[in-house]
Amino acid sequence: MKWHVLRPLWVAIGLVGVILIARVFLVPDDFGVHGRNFTYGFHRLSNIQEWKDFPVKYQGRESCAECHEENLQMLNASTHATVECENCHGPSVNHPDDVEFLPLDTTRELCLRCHAFLEYPNSARAALLGVEDRRHKRRKVCIECHNPHDPKEDTR
Amino acid sequence: MSCSRRDFLKDAVGGTLASVMPLSAFVFLSTAEAQAAVAESKTRWAFLVDTNKCVGCGLCVDACKNENEIPYDAEVTRTWVERYVITKDGKTHIDSPMGGRDGYTTMDIDGEEIDPDDIDKAFFVPKLCNQCDNPACVQVCPVGATYQTNDGVVLVDRDWCIGCGYCIMACPYGVRFFHPVHKVADKCNFCYHRISKGMEPACVECCSFGARRIANLKDPEDPVTKIITTERVAVLKDEYGTKPHVFYLGLDENVR
Repeated sequence: MKWHVLRPLWVAIGLVGVILIARVFLVPDDFGVHGRNFTYGFHRLSNIQEWKDFPVKYQGRESCAECHEENLQMLNASTHATVECENCHGPSVNHPDDVEFLPLDTTRELCLRCHAFLEYPNSARAALLGVEDRRHKRRKVCIECHNPHDPKEDTR
Repeated sequence: MSCSRRDFLKDAVGGTLASVMPLSAFVFLSTAEAQAAVAESKTRWAFLVDTNKCVGCGLCVDACKNENEIPYDAEVTRTWVERYVITKDGKTHIDSPMGGRDGYTTMDIDGEEIDPDDIDKAFFVPKLCNQCDNPACVQVCPVGATYQTNDGVVLVDRDWCIGCGYCIMACPYGVRFFHPVHKVADKCNFCYHRISKGMEPACVECCSFGARRIANLKDPEDPVTKIITTERVAVLKDEYGTKPHVFYLGLDENVR
């Protein structure tokens, strides 16, 4: 073959070589087949640990009980026993170390999530106490009269 | 055709080498490595949704967004709750405003008022990633940024994802979305950071009605696994062959 035909071939081979060398530096060492096969398990292994290290925000009622046991006892004895503290008080994240006060949600909208009356007789919603937002003490916040930790109690 | 002894030997050696070459593509593992590679994980995460128990409060969606740092007011979410209202004229009305993040507090569906007397049945269906055994989203990823862990959860490598969006289109359940902050594909991972620490996913913890539960299918003593294996459960879009691992109790035929 003539030299001028071969020349672009050397250029192409050189390019492939450059890409291969760059690949050695750019692709992490732990990149490869780590799962059950190539199709589903081809990935960077350390990413699994990265996801495990993602910060937890909702700590659960056990962590609340460490300081607020009285409130939790009251809640556990009420019809709201299954409601998580953090549903209304917000995620505790690092409370009380970093965040001293949690953003407590006291709006009507929060209560209405479960207690707005929807006429769906065969859904689970029907089993909950429902009010019609437009007809029930429109200008008042629910917690003015109802204690969320013990809804049966009248706080008026 | 003539062939000298020298040419014959040359070709024979070359041919043998060429046929042996592909063998070098195989990796030779030590016994320990081979055992580790085929060892089965003791965990296979699965999820149980009891649609009979869901009241449509949307607190799971709210918790998921907070826990997983999904922009609160963006129209993307890792999990959502759909409302189905089937009226007497045979029509199915479905809505999920903001993924049901703020709960369902009125009878209106997409601004349309529905007369309670016309309703045959109405219910809520929570949805999330199915952590399929044959995840279509993983197959289509061109860079190996999404993968299945040994315990069955499909994860997205945020450092490696190029944001091409193939996986978002491949998922038959519409679970994946483009994360507006990280500019990569994102999806529910059963709160992998929580379940790997022995905690429940945020949506499970925040559900007051037991409509959402997490299970380890490889643990026969797991109470939720017992429900999945002994009761009549259904999955979404079985016909796609993706082998979804979110099981539903009380799934209606109108749910898509």
